[in-house]
Amino acid sequence: MFLKTKIRLLVNGFEYDLYIKPHWTLIDVLRDEIGLTGTKKGCGKGECCACTIIMDGEAVLACLVLAIQAQGKSIQSIEGLAQEGKLDSLQDAFVKYGAIQCGYCTPGMILTSKALLKKNPQPTVEEIQQALSGNLCRCTGYVKIIEAVRNASIMEVSK
Amino acid sequence: MKRDYVNIGKRLPRVDAVVKATGEAKYAGDLSLPGMLHGKILRSPYPHARVLDIEIGNAKRLAGVRAVVTGKDTIGFKAGGISAQGDEPYLALNKVRFIGDAVAAIAAIDEETAEEALDLIRVEYEELPAVVDPLKAMDDDAPLIHDHAPRNISFKTDLAYGDVNQAFRECDYVRQDRFETAPIRHGFLEPHAALAVWDHSGRVSFWGSKQSPYFTYRNLAKALNIPLSQVRVIQPYIGGGFGGKNEMFNVDFCAALLSQKTGKPVKIVVSQEEVLFAYRQRHPTFIDLKTGLKKDGTILALEADIIADGGAYLSIGALSLYLMCAFFCMPYRLSNMKAKGYRVYTNTQPSCAMRGHGVPQSRFAAEVQLDLAAREMGIDPVDLRLKNALKPGETTPNGFKITSCGLEESILGARKIIDRWKKQQKKDKGPKKRGIGIGCYGYVSGPRMAGHNTAGAVIKVHEDGGISLATGSTDVGQGSDTVLSQIAAEVLGVRLEDIRYGMVDSDITPLDPGTFGSRVTFVTGNAVRIAAEDARRQLAQVAADALEANSGDIIFRDRKVYVAGSPERSMAFSKLVKIAQYSGSGKTILGRGYWAPEGLEVPNFKTGRGNMSAAYSFGAQVAEVEVDTETGFMHVTRMAMVHDCGQPVNEMLMEGQLEGSAIGGVGHTLMEEIVRKDGQTMNPSFLEYRMPSTLDACPLDILHTDTYEELGPFGAKETGEGIQVAVVPAIVNGIHDAVGVAFKRIPITPFMVLDALKDKSGSM
Repeated sequence: MFLKTKIRLLVNGFEYDLYIKPHWTLIDVLRDEIGLTGTKKGCGKGECCACTIIMDGEAVLACLVLAIQAQGKSIQSIEGLAQEGKLDSLQDAFVKYGAIQCGYCTPGMILTSKALLKKNPQPTVEEIQQALSGNLCRCTGYVKIIEAVRNASIMEVSK
Repeated sequence: MKRDYVNIGKRLPRVDAVVKATGEAKYAGDLSLPGMLHGKILRSPYPHARVLDIEIGNAKRLAGVRAVVTGKDTIGFKAGGISAQGDEPYLALNKVRFIGDAVAAIAAIDEETAEEALDLIRVEYEELPAVVDPLKAMDDDAPLIHDHAPRNISFKTDLAYGDVNQAFRECDYVRQDRFETAPIRHGFLEPHAALAVWDHSGRVSFWGSKQSPYFTYRNLAKALNIPLSQVRVIQPYIGGGFGGKNEMFNVDFCAALLSQKTGKPVKIVVSQEEVLFAYRQRHPTFIDLKTGLKKDGTILALEADIIADGGAYLSIGALSLYLMCAFFCMPYRLSNMKAKGYRVYTNTQPSCAMRGHGVPQSRFAAEVQLDLAAREMGIDPVDLRLKNALKPGETTPNGFKITSCGLEESILGARKIIDRWKKQQKKDKGPKKRGIGIGCYGYVSGPRMAGHNTAGAVIKVHEDGGISLATGSTDVGQGSDTVLSQIAAEVLGVRLEDIRYGMVDSDITPLDPGTFGSRVTFVTGNAVRIAAEDARRQLAQVAADALEANSGDIIFRDRKVYVAGSPERSMAFSKLVKIAQYSGSGKTILGRGYWAPEGLEVPNFKTGRGNMSAAYSFGAQVAEVEVDTETGFMHVTRMAMVHDCGQPVNEMLMEGQLEGSAIGGVGHTLMEEIVRKDGQTMNPSFLEYRMPSTLDACPLDILHTDTYEELGPFGAKETGEGIQVAVVPAIVNGIHDAVGVAFKRIPITPFMVLDALKDKSGSM
């Protein structure tokens, strides 16, 4: 097997010096090396978007990125969203509008939505549906997730 | 009786919502312990084969491998569903029976090493003829999958009530159709995961993604051949179940066995691909259905023959088959019926319970056939349903006793919606046709089955006015932790945020059958109510002394206690607890309660007689579908449901359940099918097995009838599971309405639509 190599990752504003194998994916490094298990592994193959993180402002799937490729980028995982103990408006809306059931898709849903709202602060329902169309959820039927994202965007805009 | 509540019926966020929104909620696969090893399972590449020899030496010698186990390392325990003999070893003993059957398991220092070691195990198989078609599996010369089951019949059921033959002779209209449903999957996103730690005192502690931890609790003891006292099952957060995480699986067993062998914690997380080809599915079925009606629309007789593909093992299939047959008796009055079912073994993935458990298949057939009958007889499909709808106080011929029932009201509500939508529909122009369909259902609020049925609850009152609540039920996402907490809060007159809900730990929390059959709100909810009342009674005595009143006159409401009729004689709830704890030598307030419906006749799965549940929920589902007659594409444009769930405990959570169930039903009807070739699953990925996405979500109107179930906690009944039963036929009937074709196989694909339209125009 490959020998481990040293990399530096910037995750949620902190730098981590890590010894990893070159073929390790970002999801496994986040979860197993750094201990950020909020990034959920649903399929490990880019099919369910449960492991969505934000890298340099873009929503990306941590299971399709090698950790080694993530060097020099700014990575945000779900653990980095709440600031100073206060939930992000999207997290707040997901809680308040009943958009969470089993919760396994939730971190990915929230981060995909976060990246969407950053680019498009007032998306239409269709734009929300389109942005989240890769994020699978079996529990909710998506109705309340879409409602939560809409309400979060309204809250943010009216701030 | 209904009254003004502080917590019940309110739109309150889930108690676990914040930790799930922040990623802090830990699921089984998120857990790790010092020195933990990682496990992998070797699976059969053949649908049917004898295992002649397994060579594990090379795998064992690989650096980093700590243990390799096969069936020879087990006592040969075979798991099985309810009341029938077990047939499923956790590791193959001498045969494999489907592609994915577990053959060996490895524990190594990391997943990569375990994966590498899998390739070093050499299994010598003798391939056996396989049978993957349930119809062929019943042939006399079909290969036998289990020695104990001639013609591969895994279970059969034969229900007969009234005089069916005579009733059919009296009918003015009779029709017969064959319906078919495809295998589909539960679709939870969290793969099966287990972490087990065996210590030198002989105890196994286990964390796993289990809907019903006590199945695993008992089966771990049996399969490892250790006393029950040596097993501890602890529940982490669970990433969805839908029936597919009820049973203990090989992943759970192998983690425990490998920990026993190595003395180290062992975690196994299976891949989603493994979930999709090597674990469970919904029973695919063939249903031959005959229904007879009088001219006025009265349903007089029904006869059904069901063949359900059970896959390689029994699982919970006896119950599944019974439910498929028995629920022809609901939600319409029917005094003459025969339903015969065969659950058949095939060399494919085993079938088990899934949301609606067996009923979606048979109600799809029955509701679509009713629409066909109604249209041919010139009766409005809504009128037909209304005419035959069960009413409160009726008993079905198989013994289901209807208590509260809002079906009539639901259908009337659905009619208003249909009328409104019809008025809004534009005159069809162009290739896109719209139609509206209806389907109805009745469902259980917790099934009565042989064995332990009781739910228990324990309440501990804290001196700050907080409450700890423990039950044996799990929240797999449906929101029961919240609903049960609301019930405790209402009884004790505190608020939801005052409740600390404890998850299952078999050492500490009460025994419980599990999370299935929509039983938790209804059954565990009553246990929680009783436990809270017990604690309240103890506190009321203290309050009576302090406020100089009778304990029966003490009211608990919104964090206060006061004397009935004299609200000024009051004190804070937390103060009352402090008085209880610190007066004299002090009291410790602990409430306990357990509950199961009494006097229910346990259903006999073979004859079908018995009363499945203490209360039944009902409802009507309406779906508007747009069909593109040029491409065959179908799109559910909006849905509405009017349902009777008694008093909703939490309207927001209830809506979430209904929405999830409804959109899941869209998948079942229009998208989902496990495709297999010679027993090999061809679409074991979410890209190839398409589940509904946000693009398939549609507007949903939710209305509930004004009903109250006397036996339910605060009047509550089932919600969110039963509706999936009605969603499927509502969509199929909507397509029928749009293009004039009633499809008898689900899922309906665009090709099926185009073929049917071609045939139709050809015959015209």
